[in-house]
Amino acid sequence: MPVHDVVIVGGGGAGLRAAIAVTETDPSLEVALVSKVYPMRSHTVAAEGGAAAVIKDHDSFENHIFDTISGGDWLVDQDAIELFVNEAPNELVQLEHWGCPWSREPDGKVAVRPFGGMKKERTWYAADKTGFHMLHSLFQTSLKYPGIVPYDEWFATTLLIHDGRCQGVAALEQRTGRVEVIAGRSVIICTGGAGKVYPFTTNGAIKTGDGMSMAYRAGVPLKDMEFVQYHPTGLPGTGILITEAARGEGGILVNSDGYRYLQDYNLGQPLDVSDSNHPVKKSMELGPRDRLSQAFIHEQRKGRTIKGKFGDVVYLDVRHLGEKIIDQKIPFVRELASKYAGIDPVHEPIPVRPVLHYFMGGIDTDKTGSTSLPGLYAAGEVACVSINGANRLGSNSLTELLVFGARAGRAAAQFALEQSPTELAPLRKQVVDEDERITKSYLTKEGGTERISTIRTEMRDTMEDGAGIYRSEEGLKNTCNKLAELRDRFSNISLDDRSLTYNTELISVLELDAMLDVAEAVAHSARARKESRGSHQRTDHPVRDDDSYLMHSMAYKGDGAPKIDYKDVVITRWPPGERVYGQEQAE
Amino acid sequence: MSNSGLQPTIDLEVYRYRPEQQAEPTYDTFTVPLRDEWVILDALNYIKDELDGSLSYRWSCRMGVCGSCGMMANGEPVLTCAAFLKSYAPGSIRVEPLANFPVARDLIISMDDFMEKMNRIQPWIITDEEKPLEEGEYLQTPDQVDEYKQFSMCINCLLCYSACPIYGMEPSFIGPAAIALAQRYNLDSRDHGQETRMDILSTDDGIWQCTFVGECSEVCPENVDPAGAIQRYKVTSTNDWWKSKLLPWTSKQ
Ligand SMILES: Cc1cc2nc3c(=O)[nH]c(=O)nc-3n(C[C@H](O)[C@H](O)[C@H](O)COP(=O)(O)OP(=O)(O)OC[C@H]3O[C@@H](n4cnc5c(N)ncnc54)[C@H](O)[C@@H]3O)c2cc1C
Ligand code: FES
Repeated sequence: MPVHDVVIVGGGGAGLRAAIAVTETDPSLEVALVSKVYPMRSHTVAAEGGAAAVIKDHDSFENHIFDTISGGDWLVDQDAIELFVNEAPNELVQLEHWGCPWSREPDGKVAVRPFGGMKKERTWYAADKTGFHMLHSLFQTSLKYPGIVPYDEWFATTLLIHDGRCQGVAALEQRTGRVEVIAGRSVIICTGGAGKVYPFTTNGAIKTGDGMSMAYRAGVPLKDMEFVQYHPTGLPGTGILITEAARGEGGILVNSDGYRYLQDYNLGQPLDVSDSNHPVKKSMELGPRDRLSQAFIHEQRKGRTIKGKFGDVVYLDVRHLGEKIIDQKIPFVRELASKYAGIDPVHEPIPVRPVLHYFMGGIDTDKTGSTSLPGLYAAGEVACVSINGANRLGSNSLTELLVFGARAGRAAAQFALEQSPTELAPLRKQVVDEDERITKSYLTKEGGTERISTIRTEMRDTMEDGAGIYRSEEGLKNTCNKLAELRDRFSNISLDDRSLTYNTELISVLELDAMLDVAEAVAHSARARKESRGSHQRTDHPVRDDDSYLMHSMAYKGDGAPKIDYKDVVITRWPPGERVYGQEQAE
Repeated sequence: MSNSGLQPTIDLEVYRYRPEQQAEPTYDTFTVPLRDEWVILDALNYIKDELDGSLSYRWSCRMGVCGSCGMMANGEPVLTCAAFLKSYAPGSIRVEPLANFPVARDLIISMDDFMEKMNRIQPWIITDEEKPLEEGEYLQTPDQVDEYKQFSMCINCLLCYSACPIYGMEPSFIGPAAIALAQRYNLDSRDHGQETRMDILSTDDGIWQCTFVGECSEVCPENVDPAGAIQRYKVTSTNDWWKSKLLPWTSKQ
């Protein structure tokens, strides 16, 4: 039967956690877990470094809250971050009880490591395959609940809205090509980020912003979309991530002169790598990602980066850690660098450059994951609560999947319990229309001339050009115009493949459609924000402007350009201040 | 390998099966640029983007961790995102779907059988009673983690099933990855489900046919060593078998 109680779109960390929360709220509730790939393929699998939560005596909730607020350049909702930090430890312990193989101290307690922008070490890790282990633990645990019904390799294409409520999705079963109703009395979107909107990214092929687009088209605003995170250390060419844990364990960044250039960018003074206090937290290599990626651009302009086959690079040097620590703490770094960059980090420095990594923005939700559309919830990277503000701190995101996945699951379960049973007929009608739209636009259409890959490449390039690490009115205007042109040309697209069984070209075109929506929201939100804050740096408006922009942007889908509105940031106990890094030694 | 103009190229002979159009599989040959940094998956993406959009295959992470992109390359099961074109040059590469599985379309196999088997071994922590979260984590020393860690590294890429001669002959065999996963939980100090899983595995004759040749461990990209897991299982279950024979007599009250 296509009628369930709760429908979850996305089988990554957030979707799985939400599914378990629904069924644990009330085991009689049936959850449809819809995922375009088998859940264990979800991109949570790629996360390396770890998940943050305060558990050690020398740390405090207050520290974690403040680090995140200042790391996010005060665009973090303070009520949300407070509850997040409070609920984080229990969520990670829960995952421990579910079998996650966290790395341990000799006494058997969970071990923690330092991470960028964090004042104390509080990042739980499973060597450097944390996301992989979290995802597999969650997925395997989810199999024990009979109430979770898998829809593996089903691609959700649109939300079904009836009676003013979201009551399910239309989804395409990839093995047969049929489009079906998957109905529920509430729906949670957990489809992850949209890194594939950019050309050079750590994100996997599946991160195409489908869920953001579905909500946006249904009239739900996308919040803070201008804030995208560049991670400072990606492998050139492929964009494969070298985790921040490499720096957490003591790795350093040097330019073409072998100089630790971060000291020139207000990030503190370097300690020698042999100093027992190295690495100093919230300083130098353990500064926040936005500032490190920006520093790279300045070095590049000064001609102090190294020319590589795939553009300019700097070096991430971990040699001084020695083979034993490297193999024990960051074995995956060694494996990836050896395999994909042809260098062994035990003996050579790793060439790296900034790479698009994470979307701080997403579907506007409150602290329970609910959106402005009744019955619709969102959690994980697709959502914007916001605990990440203008720049996410590394290792907060994996924890966010758990805390807000669980919250959205409980809230959606409660909502479902309060609704009357689903009426299938009106939903079926919408799905017939959706099926017809897909068939006519792509499968039976004659005469298109555009190729998917051409439009996709042009979209990615214009995003990097105009909406990259540094932005300006001029560049953003060009990008907005280019995106409008691409949207136009998209209607003239043509597919080689007209079949039904595993038509992956059809999936690609649906994903491109979604990415064009996301790109538009990013570019227009960025153009409207005439200040510099966190990851959003405007060369023509270089300072933070709290008077005008201490606010979340809200992008609403329009006929042409989106409408950009604003909403207050929740400030409780931490008034806006200066972001300070590199001061820890002095304390 | 051919060298048309300046750019060296390499030929891929790709298995094609489109059930709506053809009853039998065929092979299409595509010529793609031979770039040092390209893996087979990059070549497939090039084909799909530039030459033939109808070629279908699975992939996502392109960093050897999601487990989606397993295929046969010149008859060997590989992760195509970790198999470099240059290691096959000169010469062409025959790319086929993973052996021993039903093919759904082109390079896409059906995963149904594996998903059912994975479910069957109950791959989750089994305990009588979970302690309250407020009491914190279960202690587990680094040595205790090492006991099962290796078996927890499986990315479900299914290369081992493709390499397994027993599975090839007897598809009901529960197979290397599922057994390794069962052992991953059996050896975890937090788990008490070993007996349940042993009961499930003991109904599988395939395990006893496994001759420990170790093809599965050889092709495993994560060094999980499923063959080792199977061997360990045999030893434990032989002990258990003895115990189950002996105990009723010795412990008779
Ligand atoms: C390389 C890398 C390393 C990282 N390291 C860390 C780290 O160390 N610490 C940290 O905190 N964060 C890290 N992050 C960030 C973090 O991993 C992600 O933000 C997080 O895993 C996202 O999880 P998710 O559940 O929201 O989405 P995902 O795991 O991306 O899952 C999305 C799900 O949605 C499904 N889906 C999408 N669209 C559709 C559709 N149309 N129909 C049906 N299903 C759909 C997919 O199938 C998938 O199951 C890292 C990110 C990357 C890329
Ligand atoms: S694409 Fe993920 S393992 Fe190859």
